[in-house]
Amino acid sequence: MTKKTNSEEFSLPQKISLKQKHLLGLEYLSKEEILLILDTAKPFKTIFTRSIKKVPTLRGRSVVLLFYEPSTRTRTSFELAAKRLSADTVNIAVQLSSVQKGESLIDTAKTLESMKSDFIVIRHSYSGAPHILAQNVSSSIINAGDGFHEHPTQGLLDIFTIREKKGKVEGLKVVIVGDILHSRVARSNLWGLTKLSARVVLCGPPTLIPKDIDKIFPQVEIEHDLDKALRNADVVNILRVQFERQLEHFFPSVREYSLLYGMTKQRLKNAKSDVLVLHPGPMNRGIEITTDVADSLNSVINEQVTNGIAVRMAVLYLLSLVNTNQ
Amino acid sequence: MKLLIKNGIVIEPQKNIEKKLDVLIENGKIVKLAEDIKLHNVEVINAKGCIVSAGLIDIHTHLREPGNEEEETIASGTKSAAAGGFTTVFCMPNTNPPIDDQAAVEFTMLKAKNEGVINVFPVGAATKGRRGEELTEIGELKKAGVVAISDDGEPISNSQIMRRVLEYSRMFDLPVISHCEDKTLSRGGVVNEGKVSTLLGFRGIPKEAEEIVVIRDIILCSLAKGRLHITHVSTKDSINFIRQAKKNGLKVTCDVTPHHFVLTEDYLLKYSYDTNLKINPPLRTQEDVDTIIEGIKDNTVDCIASDHAPHTVEEKSKEFDLAPFGIIGLETVLPLCITYLYYQHRIPLSKILEKLTINPAKIFGLSKKGRLEPGCDADVVIFNPQEEFVVKNFVSKSRNSPFIGWKLKGKVKYTICSGKVVYSEKNV
Repeated sequence: MTKKTNSEEFSLPQKISLKQKHLLGLEYLSKEEILLILDTAKPFKTIFTRSIKKVPTLRGRSVVLLFYEPSTRTRTSFELAAKRLSADTVNIAVQLSSVQKGESLIDTAKTLESMKSDFIVIRHSYSGAPHILAQNVSSSIINAGDGFHEHPTQGLLDIFTIREKKGKVEGLKVVIVGDILHSRVARSNLWGLTKLSARVVLCGPPTLIPKDIDKIFPQVEIEHDLDKALRNADVVNILRVQFERQLEHFFPSVREYSLLYGMTKQRLKNAKSDVLVLHPGPMNRGIEITTDVADSLNSVINEQVTNGIAVRMAVLYLLSLVNTNQ
Repeated sequence: MKLLIKNGIVIEPQKNIEKKLDVLIENGKIVKLAEDIKLHNVEVINAKGCIVSAGLIDIHTHLREPGNEEEETIASGTKSAAAGGFTTVFCMPNTNPPIDDQAAVEFTMLKAKNEGVINVFPVGAATKGRRGEELTEIGELKKAGVVAISDDGEPISNSQIMRRVLEYSRMFDLPVISHCEDKTLSRGGVVNEGKVSTLLGFRGIPKEAEEIVVIRDIILCSLAKGRLHITHVSTKDSINFIRQAKKNGLKVTCDVTPHHFVLTEDYLLKYSYDTNLKINPPLRTQEDVDTIIEGIKDNTVDCIASDHAPHTVEEKSKEFDLAPFGIIGLETVLPLCITYLYYQHRIPLSKILEKLTINPAKIFGLSKKGRLEPGCDADVVIFNPQEEFVVKNFVSKSRNSPFIGWKLKGKVKYTICSGKVVYSEKNV
């Protein structure tokens, strides 16, 4: 059973669907499912150019945004995505809620479930928190970033952007630069990109490359020298530097990090001239990326934000079909 | 009070006995082992089809009392032990307050005497408050009844203090049980560092965090001429270092837990984020498991211990990073040993039982325990090694076990402590 839309210029895939009602990570999706989400996001993006940026697809459904970590862009993006699908949204401001009184994650989720929320979008600083919800409540769980584990919709929007600009993903050389060890964005990109047969290069100091990553992704290359890594690159995805890692001795100083891994105009010349520059945001301008790179023609950083809404609409829509099928 | 165990197969590793014998118990002691003992007016247990062994000794149990009675108490923990075939447990000093002085030892022993169903021997803390700074009054702890000393869970990071602990306890002939972990390497880690920590997005505990302290403690043991017992060994190289230390003639012994030779880190991928797989030391790799099995076979491994660590459902339902380490084990040690060591790896039952009875008794100086011989304490376990069952209910107050739902072989039928039946399958 699929939802009817009131729009004629707006058609959505009708036959195939996602297998699970949760989106916990790209690790758990097949290539076909990833492509389905990306293809579904395209027509949703066309809505944005209309004067009324709203379709009734999820009217009557509710989406709870449960954010245990500060986030502006992901939370706003999910909220807009849900609203453009006509779903009702609720923001749980964790600082004000009973979580501060010591309520457990499971109890919080059960409370939300009792309020008949169809979706819970969760952002949490500990890996696996969305899995706990998925095992304990009947709502559809969407992982909006868990610890160092995954941030699947960020991975999807990055790949959507690459695909939109390059027309394909297969065979492209994609360099991910920075703190791979603590990055859920890197992990989701790794799963998505390798499933779509991109050539992925991870670049960062050895202290920030996770152990045995080569055993999990034998096809992925690791290069500590950014200039070498960038050679012939089609895409470079620059991760945000987390300053507290300096205190944990992963690198000696932000200054040295910036010297070795900061993306400058000069450095970018190692890559192909039409290289795409991605950054999940928020940026530390002048540290991992210079302003001239961030604002250059190669940069698709602002488009990533727009695409994020389309991808999240596609995710909510496709998961809602799994719900009704069950 | 006489009790006669008839028709069972007695396994007595010390004397290399493995045959059908009857066992007569009187006044809490083993009186006689012989074929077909005929006596009237005695209580008889028919052990047909079962193994009769000295009661099992667990050298690594957390009874949680005082301090965390919601997880386990001396009463519930000893009942759990009896259900698992144990007649003696050593309780670790990480209670609240810790067992670091005479009063705490006496409290534990008094509680155990009044409320426990089996023998409890406390392990005394090596340093005051388990802070790794000042030695406890080890002489007085010994006098009060401790069988070993350890800061289990809080490894002594200061090498000089560890050296002094090993040296000082030498005059009391007390082994020092070492939980080997370099906390500067393991800090923040929740699973083995490697494939699984990378995949699930966790900080890892590298195997080197254990090995570096295993090596240090072996070297300090040599310097101090002390007695070192390394507990819950989990890595390949730890086993190899210990094997070498023994060859070099050092007084080094060790134990392993069943979960470290049955499970690997890969179970975390299978049951993603199950906090009952959060254990310290963490579950390792197949290579480590294989070496532990080798170590059991070649006697590098002296003992098998439970590291029974009860936690409530509430604590274990937290986010993986926030949930406490540890699983309960007393009721699954024997069946896991029988299912995996005996049936899968073809290790003889006598060798398995040796590591659960006589070896712990010898290392920790329990002269009347761990053996089935006239004159010894009448601590006996009767179990059917062939009987299969599904793990589901626990006598322990807690149920944080990764083995729930597993089909295992080896069922305890009776546990007898000081000549008294303290567990019988029928009465559960």
